[in-house]
Amino acid sequence: MELCNYKKKLEIKDLLTGKMNNLIDLEKKINSELTTKINKTSIKHNQIYVEIDKDDLIDVVLFIKTNKDTKFRQLIDITVVDYPEETQRFKIVYLFLSHEFNHRMILSYSINENELISSLTSVFPSANWMEREVFDMYGVNFKNHPDLRRILTDYGFEGHPLRKDFPLTGHSEVRYSEEKKKVINEPVKLEQNYRNFDYESPWEGTKYIKEISKTNDKKN
Amino acid sequence: MTKKIKNLNLNFGPQHPAAHGVLRLILELDGEVVEKADPHIGLLHRGTEKLIENKTYMQAVPYFDRLDYVAPMNQEHAFALAIEKILDIDVPIRAQYIRVMFCEIGRILSHILNVTTQALDVGALTPSLWGFEERETLMTFYERASGSRLHANYFRAGGVHQDLPAGLENDIAKFCETFPKIINDLENLLTDNRIFKQRNVDIGVVTKDDALDYSFSGVMIRGSGVPWDLRKSQPYDCYDQLDFKIPVGKNGDCYDRYLCRIEEMKESVSIIKQCLARMEKGPIKTFDGKISPPSKAEIKQSMEALIHHFKLFTEGYRVPKDEIYTAVEAPKGEFGVYLISDGSSKPYKCKIRAPGFSHLQSMDYLIKGHMLADVPAVLGSLDIVFGEVDR
Repeated sequence: MELCNYKKKLEIKDLLTGKMNNLIDLEKKINSELTTKINKTSIKHNQIYVEIDKDDLIDVVLFIKTNKDTKFRQLIDITVVDYPEETQRFKIVYLFLSHEFNHRMILSYSINENELISSLTSVFPSANWMEREVFDMYGVNFKNHPDLRRILTDYGFEGHPLRKDFPLTGHSEVRYSEEKKKVINEPVKLEQNYRNFDYESPWEGTKYIKEISKTNDKKN
Repeated sequence: MTKKIKNLNLNFGPQHPAAHGVLRLILELDGEVVEKADPHIGLLHRGTEKLIENKTYMQAVPYFDRLDYVAPMNQEHAFALAIEKILDIDVPIRAQYIRVMFCEIGRILSHILNVTTQALDVGALTPSLWGFEERETLMTFYERASGSRLHANYFRAGGVHQDLPAGLENDIAKFCETFPKIINDLENLLTDNRIFKQRNVDIGVVTKDDALDYSFSGVMIRGSGVPWDLRKSQPYDCYDQLDFKIPVGKNGDCYDRYLCRIEEMKESVSIIKQCLARMEKGPIKTFDGKISPPSKAEIKQSMEALIHHFKLFTEGYRVPKDEIYTAVEAPKGEFGVYLISDGSSKPYKCKIRAPGFSHLQSMDYLIKGHMLADVPAVLGSLDIVFGEVDR
């Protein structure tokens, strides 16, 4: 048991000053090494955006994690963007960070609503909870995930809250029932409907007023 | 005769003083040794991301205070920076110094809470009594600048909401003079304390590789000897003009993480001093009337200002279509915002990357093979706040 000599360690700050200048080289490298697996790359806000196909995920991630010129050793987050109107509804987004080269990468691909995607847990153990969160919030299913359970929502919750078609107020509310002496689930009852004001066109009135006037016009 | 021995399942929390909030930890014990830990989170889930999708950019700021509620302004900072990058606007230098200064105050707030409650978890009561008095002083600084002690709602895209009130700068400078003595007092109580060391040294050791694989950030990764701090490596606001050092640990155990936090508080004090010394009078938010609201005096004089004010507080400002990930070095680690705007005045999607989420995830890896009594010590050094883990 000894006291770590952290005072001395303070001097290594110079190591930290990496520069974000070789992003273009990185883009070239990725495109030349992974040619067919890459659909599109772009550079914006000092970050590299890469689009791939669903089936190439594990290959691409293994490459960028282990290759000596990329070294994306950290998975920062996994998330999904929901576009209900599009044929490929969900866009799965992976954020990576390379400490060595000080780069950030945003990797994405689109899938249909009921498609199964591969889990990253074998490559990054930290993907475990991130994928559970994606499953919980968007209902996207993963294959080969060791423990795919809901994570943030309540035990026995139904639905996937971050989908765009899930109402902001939810479907059910929880309260303690004095008669039954236990916590119960009930459909949401609101004193007043949730109103979403459409401020962008103040002269025509909000959406629900437009709808009311439309139905009135039809009646007349 | 054979006797069947079954492992004991223990339910730790959600109501437990050492669970740091509402953590339900299901532990599988073999005697006193932990075989498996399964944290159940989400008891404080409020659907922040869903709510933000339904609010304008300005209305979304207060939700960030409620994530990591011991260092509120650091979270607001990430969101403000994300919007600023998309809108491509400059922040006046005084506003940058104010923001950095309050972020460092937030860092001290968070580290005092963590260091002292960790000491409390392993049996030392006095540090928390001494530390919380200082937190109180810091929260009055928050209150004087923003109007509230915790939920500040102070940072805006393009600057801060208001200039600092008269006399606040002096009082913060006075605090910077007295606070290092308090850190020393805390160190006298803990750093060489035999019991504190026995409870923390070589407990919850994280190797360099595992720290990377488990997506650790902040003190958790620096404690394991990886020199990585976003304030240095990807500087935002005026951090690149300030002179400060990054403490890095060696052994990656709970004790090294404690030492890093203590040292970071000293660096924060020095950053605050530098900010105060360099701060000059000047504007505190962008002049762009389409983004920042006009002053009350202007509204009474100018029709245009009145219209701007009305539009900003009803429709809000519109943000062009874009996709961005912005991260800041929050006291607990890398706090990031992944923002997708669609050209309207509300975000299409706003994913919040909370450092505590990936730290807590590794609980099973950290605690396997340790004794039951080490659970609070490891949990304490992870620096978990449920506001941000559950979102």
